[in-house]
Amino acid sequence: MTTQINPLASQAYEKATGWKLFIKTVIARAYPRVIGQQREKSWIFFDIFLPMLSVSAYVFVYRAIGAPEEYVGFVVIGGAMTAFWMNIMWSMSSQLYWEKEQGNLALYIMAPNSMMAVLLGMAVGGMLATFLRAIAIILLGSWLFHVHYVIGNFLQLMAIFFTAMTALYGMGMMSASLFLLLSREADHLAQLATEPVYLVSGMYFPISSFNFWVAAAASVIPLTLGLDAIRQLIFQSGATLGFLNVSLELEILLGLCITFLFGARTLLGYMERLAIREGRLTESRR
Amino acid sequence: MQKTSALNSSESLRSFWMATWLGWQIESNWTDPFLFAVYSIVKPLASAGILVVMYSIITKGNFNTPIFPYIYFGNAFYIYVGAVMSGISWAVIDDREHYKTLKYMYIAPIRIPAYWLGRGVARFLTGSIAVVITIAFGVLFLQVPLNLATVNWPLFFVSLIIGIAMLSMMGLILASITLLIAHHFFLIGEAVASALYLFSGAIFPLDVLPVWLRPIGFAMPITYWLELMRRSLAGNVAQAFPTLAQFSNLQLLGILLGLTLVFGVASTFVFRFCDYRAREQGLIDFVSNY
Repeated sequence: MTTQINPLASQAYEKATGWKLFIKTVIARAYPRVIGQQREKSWIFFDIFLPMLSVSAYVFVYRAIGAPEEYVGFVVIGGAMTAFWMNIMWSMSSQLYWEKEQGNLALYIMAPNSMMAVLLGMAVGGMLATFLRAIAIILLGSWLFHVHYVIGNFLQLMAIFFTAMTALYGMGMMSASLFLLLSREADHLAQLATEPVYLVSGMYFPISSFNFWVAAAASVIPLTLGLDAIRQLIFQSGATLGFLNVSLELEILLGLCITFLFGARTLLGYMERLAIREGRLTESRR
Repeated sequence: MQKTSALNSSESLRSFWMATWLGWQIESNWTDPFLFAVYSIVKPLASAGILVVMYSIITKGNFNTPIFPYIYFGNAFYIYVGAVMSGISWAVIDDREHYKTLKYMYIAPIRIPAYWLGRGVARFLTGSIAVVITIAFGVLFLQVPLNLATVNWPLFFVSLIIGIAMLSMMGLILASITLLIAHHFFLIGEAVASALYLFSGAIFPLDVLPVWLRPIGFAMPITYWLELMRRSLAGNVAQAFPTLAQFSNLQLLGILLGLTLVFGVASTFVFRFCDYRAREQGLIDFVSNY
């Protein structure tokens, strides 16, 4: 007796392998991130409302001390970028730790797909969802505080933005493994990495106000150079307040992209080896 | 009747002290003392640092204007707002969703509001250290005018005590509301603290706000509390701005005390309502998994 195999069914259930599996995993992990963040309506409101409160407070501080109006624009753009940083800290760096706490990490590791693809999916999904919020903050902030933009080189602006985002999310992918290894300290470290990072990366003021070496050290965080270059490209006085030449900043950001993505791959490998050797990395501890 | 009242009072005190001890253990035992100290200090110092850099860029480092100590003191004491309000309201999420022990707390012979207040003490203590260090840093390195001999100490301590009581009542209201909501990525305590940062004149005089937003600031007890703290430490600085200049210290204390009582009464009713709803809807052991 022979069994007839339906060719259509076998095509539908054909196992994805190699790059196809990698891309499918990226899409599969990005999907719930984009959909999930839109489904809970209150999150959209608070994602925009909370950064807007900080933006408004700093704008009023500048107005209270009689700052030139372009600083208001600096604050609005900085405030929009905080949305990406919060996404990196809470939805990238802390994510594997949370997955562990909820028992999903073991499933990720067991599944026959690349963990790099899982992390990349988280990054792509998070970036898309956060991009919409950042745009909303910029539009709302610009409307409320009458910010004027003068965009000289749109292509360079796009190149800077996407390179900075790749480097930033690469950093998030790298720190996801790092935070997992830190276990219970991860939450506290994510909490700690807000105001100090806003300070050193010049979120609300030009980074060139710092000593050269302090600004250079702060440039390890991709937001620093990304924000500085964006401000140089969209504000009239931006170039005079910039830290480095925009082209040089773009080159450094490209270097950071490679470094962080390589670092993410290396740390992920280390974490997986540790999980296999010790057999307790996925254990939830309180 | 007297016996019942004494029993309730001792139960409240016991709940408060045990929760204080527990809160301190949870807050501090995740790492070694050095890292914990760094964690407690770096965040508020960085927050002050942002304002200091912004100010120094615009004024070319001239720290001898009245607005600078106004901003600096307001920001330093505002640390208490986030610490106390978030500390108390976070205890609900921490117990319900992280440790999953809120249901056990409810059946234990403790008084829940006293327990929550106790859980907020740890953050109050770490907040106090941060406030002292932030002010000391300002005095030592940024010419913040503070002369210990001329400080109005009675006004300082009375305002501080009433202010902490007021913040605790606000924290209790937020904790009660937290009973009814899921664990979102944002914390209700921090969200409210962020909103009040804008409206309470913490880092800029209320006159800078658009006219239609100012009434929110005037309705908030934190506005009067921060003004009193500034006046007690550097009287001439606070009085350089017209916002609350027409009020004497005694009038400000009266307003603060009155609003604290209002929030105290409100916290009792809000707790009773939210507690009833949470029990009715089965939310005491609710885990939202966000």
